[in-house]
Amino acid sequence: MTTGERTVRLRPPNNTLDPRAVGWWRAQWLLLTAVPVVVLAVLGAFIEPARFWLLLPAAILAVLGIGCAVLFPLWWFRTHRWEVTDEAVYVRTGVIRQEWRIAPMSRIQTVDTVRGPLEQLYRLATVTVTTASSKGAVRIEGLGHELAAELAERLTRITQETPGDAT
Amino acid sequence: MSSEAAVAPDAEGEGGVTGPEAATAADWRRLDRRTVLVNALVTAGVAAGAAVPTTLGLSGRFGFGHAVAWVLAGAIVLIGCAAAGDYVRWRRTRYRIGAERVELHTGLLLVKKRSLARTRIRSVDLTAHLLQRVLGLVSVRIGTGEHSGNESTLELDPVPRSEGERLRLELLERAAGDTPGTHREGELAALDPRWIRYAPVSFVAPALGGAAAGAVMQVSDWFGAQGQVIDWIGDRFRDTSLLAMIVILAAAAVVAGVVGALGLWVEMWWSYRLEREPGGTLRIRRGLLTSRSVSIEERRLRGVDLVEPLGIRLCGAARVDAITTGLAKDDEEQHGDHNTLLPAAPRPVADKVAADVLRETTSPTGAPLTGHPLAARGRRLRRAFWAVTAPVLVLALLGVLLTPVLFWIAFACAVVGLPVGVFLARDAYRGLGHAISGDYLVVRSGTVRRSTAALERAGVIGWTVRQTYFQRRSGVLSLTATTAAGAGAYTAYDADASEGLDFASEAVPGLLEPFLERTPPAR
Repeated sequence: MTTGERTVRLRPPNNTLDPRAVGWWRAQWLLLTAVPVVVLAVLGAFIEPARFWLLLPAAILAVLGIGCAVLFPLWWFRTHRWEVTDEAVYVRTGVIRQEWRIAPMSRIQTVDTVRGPLEQLYRLATVTVTTASSKGAVRIEGLGHELAAELAERLTRITQETPGDAT
Repeated sequence: MSSEAAVAPDAEGEGGVTGPEAATAADWRRLDRRTVLVNALVTAGVAAGAAVPTTLGLSGRFGFGHAVAWVLAGAIVLIGCAAAGDYVRWRRTRYRIGAERVELHTGLLLVKKRSLARTRIRSVDLTAHLLQRVLGLVSVRIGTGEHSGNESTLELDPVPRSEGERLRLELLERAAGDTPGTHREGELAALDPRWIRYAPVSFVAPALGGAAAGAVMQVSDWFGAQGQVIDWIGDRFRDTSLLAMIVILAAAAVVAGVVGALGLWVEMWWSYRLEREPGGTLRIRRGLLTSRSVSIEERRLRGVDLVEPLGIRLCGAARVDAITTGLAKDDEEQHGDHNTLLPAAPRPVADKVAADVLRETTSPTGAPLTGHPLAARGRRLRRAFWAVTAPVLVLALLGVLLTPVLFWIAFACAVVGLPVGVFLARDAYRGLGHAISGDYLVVRSGTVRRSTAALERAGVIGWTVRQTYFQRRSGVLSLTATTAAGAGAYTAYDADASEGLDFASEAVPGLLEPFLERTPPAR
């Protein structure tokens, strides 16, 4: 099959996510860090003797959270990509642990569009494509509203036209 | 017998339940009335079991006569409640096998109506515990095997055996002979009593041994006699050293575990038969006390999984599981070997049964596999090293800080753990492999539970490729074929990046190819 020197690799999918996704990820990071930081800060404000030991972790967490919020989304934006061809849905996610998922059109069972509260704020949507496998769902997070709706419609159309019993 | 269950036996009962379906009432059937008897007897058994200790406990306080009277009264109330409850359930439960759908109505206050389209039914399984067998009854589970939780199965508990058999044939009978009839029908495998030798080496034995020891302690605790039991054991070993005592007690637990495992094996697998029925259905029948019948439509079969737990593998044996869509999957049967086609049997037998089941001449599970690169071994060795070292370091640190005993325990753990870890890691690496064999793709992995899965290539409904930072540096990746059947995903771990992608692309033509970049040999 393979000869020693020849290499095969997965090419990156064609499309990037909506640039607003960066803001959305940042908001998630900030919310995630805000909860413990606020709790610690409030406790620190009221509990005199332990003030230093409460405010110090709060400050560290806040700095870490803001750092992550600045850096990670930029990195994610570069690595998270997606593509829909006439035959398959192809998605790449992850930074440390990269993951490529491919689901053929003929095996797609449902196409869902979900907009969480935070996603709505950023006018984003998540498209989830499920197959008959309990472990084969493909999620495209952070698409623009209009694009997601368009994509869901297109996927539904293609899957209806593609023969196959999906199992 | 069957006439008793067919058609509502008493008219006034029918009037109480029916609503809009009155017009077709004739099609509706009842469960077998003797379910009430079965339920009462089962409850009586439980009550009897609970009564003995309760009586003993109470007799100390109230005197023996009073205690017996109280316990008897309690038992009668309990049995009466169970019987009455089951009678109501029986009265309110009806089912109908229509031309299009199978329907079940049940429930006291809230009538639960469940219906399955007949074309979606994938399995009809029959079980009968001892009492039901004596009375000629079976429980029937009808499943569509969809991943929508409880809605996909329908249970008739119980109906007469002949009715259960009729339901099984009627619901699974369709398009007989649409499968190529090249392979033999009838019995594919039957129990060889010598296979019992694999029962003690399975993981059931130590688990049961531990459970037995735990049970002795627990039961003696109930009677407030735990201290006495420990003293008694201490007395037996007064003249022997602590070490000998530990060894003897461990041996006793092992013996108990082995006996338990043998007993369980006999109960599970007695009169086991695997048959192919006309029309392309595989049927497994087994069980000494509780008899079970599992039917698997071959149309739903996507492959087989040859499973070799460590102990069984060392004895040169393997178990065969079916990879199939639409087997009833629920908590009750999760551990119940529901999809096992063949219990642990010698490897050649397992391979032969796998080939027969798949209608192949040789089993794809026996195909020569492409090994994985050395980097995979390094990863396993490193993982084993850290899995042993991390707790040892923590123990050692605590030992330095607190007491030297912990330090010695850490030392012992390291001495024992590291060789075991290295052995398992090397064994895991040797097991890794993947190949394409005819219409099947084969992936193998695992050491404690080695699984060689042969999955029909047409049954692959997607690929997931994963690569962590460390895998990227070593040039390996993990390929997961997703499927509608079995575990839903079968993975080749740490395959060579290039060769693995080639394999995946070849296994399912056209799916992966458009997304691959091939660079010609450097230079």
